[in-house]
Amino acid sequence: MGKQIFRTHGIPVPASYLVEKPGDVKKYEIPVVVKSQILLGGRGKSGGIKFAKSQSELDAAVKELLGAKIRGLTVTKVLVEEMIHIKKEMYVSIALDRTVKEPVLIATSQGGVEIESVPHDQLYTRHIDPMLGYSDFIGREAAAFMKLEPDIAKQFLSLLRTLYHIWTSEDCELVEINPLVITEEGKLIAADSKVIVDGDSTYRHKEFEVVDPEKTPLEVEAQSKGYAFIELDGNIGVIANGAGLTMATLDALTLHHGKPRNFLDLGGTDNSEIVLKAFELVMKAQPKAILVNIFGGVTKCDTVATGIAMAKENLHIKLPMVVRLSGVRDEEGRKILKDHDVESFPTMMEAIEKVVKLAGGN
Amino acid sequence: MSVYVDEKTKVIVQGITGHQGSFHTGEMLSFGTKVVAGVSPGKAGTKFMDKVPVVGSVRDTLEYEPDATMISVAAPFVKDAAFEAIDAGIKFVYILTEHVPFHDSLEIVHNAKRKGITVIGPNGPGITAVGKCKIGIMPNKIFKKGNVGITSRSGTLTYEIVDAVTKSGRGESTVIGLGGDPVVGLNYIDVLKQYEKDPDTEQIVLVGEIGGSNEELAAQYIKKHVSKKVVAYITGRSAPPGKRMGHAGAIIEKGVGTAESKIKAFNEAGVKVAEYPTDVPSLLE
Repeated sequence: MGKQIFRTHGIPVPASYLVEKPGDVKKYEIPVVVKSQILLGGRGKSGGIKFAKSQSELDAAVKELLGAKIRGLTVTKVLVEEMIHIKKEMYVSIALDRTVKEPVLIATSQGGVEIESVPHDQLYTRHIDPMLGYSDFIGREAAAFMKLEPDIAKQFLSLLRTLYHIWTSEDCELVEINPLVITEEGKLIAADSKVIVDGDSTYRHKEFEVVDPEKTPLEVEAQSKGYAFIELDGNIGVIANGAGLTMATLDALTLHHGKPRNFLDLGGTDNSEIVLKAFELVMKAQPKAILVNIFGGVTKCDTVATGIAMAKENLHIKLPMVVRLSGVRDEEGRKILKDHDVESFPTMMEAIEKVVKLAGGN
Repeated sequence: MSVYVDEKTKVIVQGITGHQGSFHTGEMLSFGTKVVAGVSPGKAGTKFMDKVPVVGSVRDTLEYEPDATMISVAAPFVKDAAFEAIDAGIKFVYILTEHVPFHDSLEIVHNAKRKGITVIGPNGPGITAVGKCKIGIMPNKIFKKGNVGITSRSGTLTYEIVDAVTKSGRGESTVIGLGGDPVVGLNYIDVLKQYEKDPDTEQIVLVGEIGGSNEELAAQYIKKHVSKKVVAYITGRSAPPGKRMGHAGAIIEKGVGTAESKIKAFNEAGVKVAEYPTDVPSLLE
């Protein structure tokens, strides 16, 4: 996605085209690099990148990579990319510094390696006042620090201007070029890039498909239904309200040697259906027991209790279930649960001790 | 005294006729908050609950001399609403809305700073000066007047701790939700400065969570500048790195923002950290 955004905005990237079947291979300027398109870092080390110096080597590389399995993932697309002649590798990025509440520009002439491994005195680090935005004086400072030749410096300033524009206009958390290459021909090219877009801004960027390679299929399903849901590797399904309280519930379970299967924040809701759908998700994760922890406010305890009763009935839940209800309409909620033979407690700690016992931990 | 708001604070609500806005404005009125007007461009000229005038713009509320605004509009409209409030010179802006793009928050926060306006949030539950003024969505019934100032990045977890403090026989002075986003108007240090000056606050509870390093900075600040007793609770000890735990800001990135780091910083500053939220009262005087 990084290269696509860069190309749209006019940052020079290596020429390339996508290949999905061997017949797609064009007569192309040789040599080229053939890269498997999988959402994994380190694909070079796993044999996912090949070099081709002739048309026959290119055909062979494409045939070999298409359909190959790399760390469990099947390659369905490969990218055929112009081989660039690298003279020097550099680095540049713009990221959010959440503490200072400003974007920070980092640039160094020591690129092509993990930025964390570059000594601090080699890094040009500069905060940008978001109301002033990027201006060329910043680029001149950076270019002088990096000791760039005048012609490269000129290209670098133009690239920085565009990079900052991308950072703001595409709602990025991070735009990174590593390596930023000076070619033998004296051109500046973004050889590899990483762009992270703010997930809360997707409503105004429908043109880009949002892919989070880290998400499991169940997490993707939960997201599409509007739940903050994360799979963990334990056996106790967790439903709570509020991100902070849900995290605190996982922490308390863990301190009691219980193992949470998931994080699920119901959010603020006065709708029992939302509770029912949350149970559907958690049941798909196949826990051994379920803990519901609610501190009622906007989310009323009797609404949640009704949702739990619906879930128990509709989803035929036979698993041990422990519920904690406290706050707005907790007495009413507990009565509903009692009528449906679901055990409930007024405090978080009682519920946690009970569910850990039922799940067979400690 | 209380911090940021008190019994004299006149509040307007931007988004007063929305589903959330209308419910919570009702709750604020029954708490005793002086809600003087509401903004809802489509419904100007009507009255909310037969008493609060609804007008079409923030400028139109100025005749009611508001000191503060609560913004409860959908995320895509928050920047416009906040700019409108800043432009009208409202001195205190609380943003409840979740999922505001952080680039919008950056502009809101920096523009407010230039105009000397205080912004809290986005993505916070509100501020409550017990017995005086409540802005936001915190449940009315969990509070009791007392000397404990509580500040946090989350909502429900804050109520849990307020409830525990109240049930322990203590009470609260001002409870402030800072918001769960990576970019918010106020951080712990801003609020600690206010609590330190506030005669009604004698001890402080700081509720933190994974992500960023504002807890660590607060710990350093407390060591040097806060004479009042501070205790803390940190959540997210069991959170896996790289995952956003419900709040946009609750994420461990490149090893930064872990609960261990925050707990260590507080221990080094002499701030006791509770193991469970319900243990917080036992650390207080």
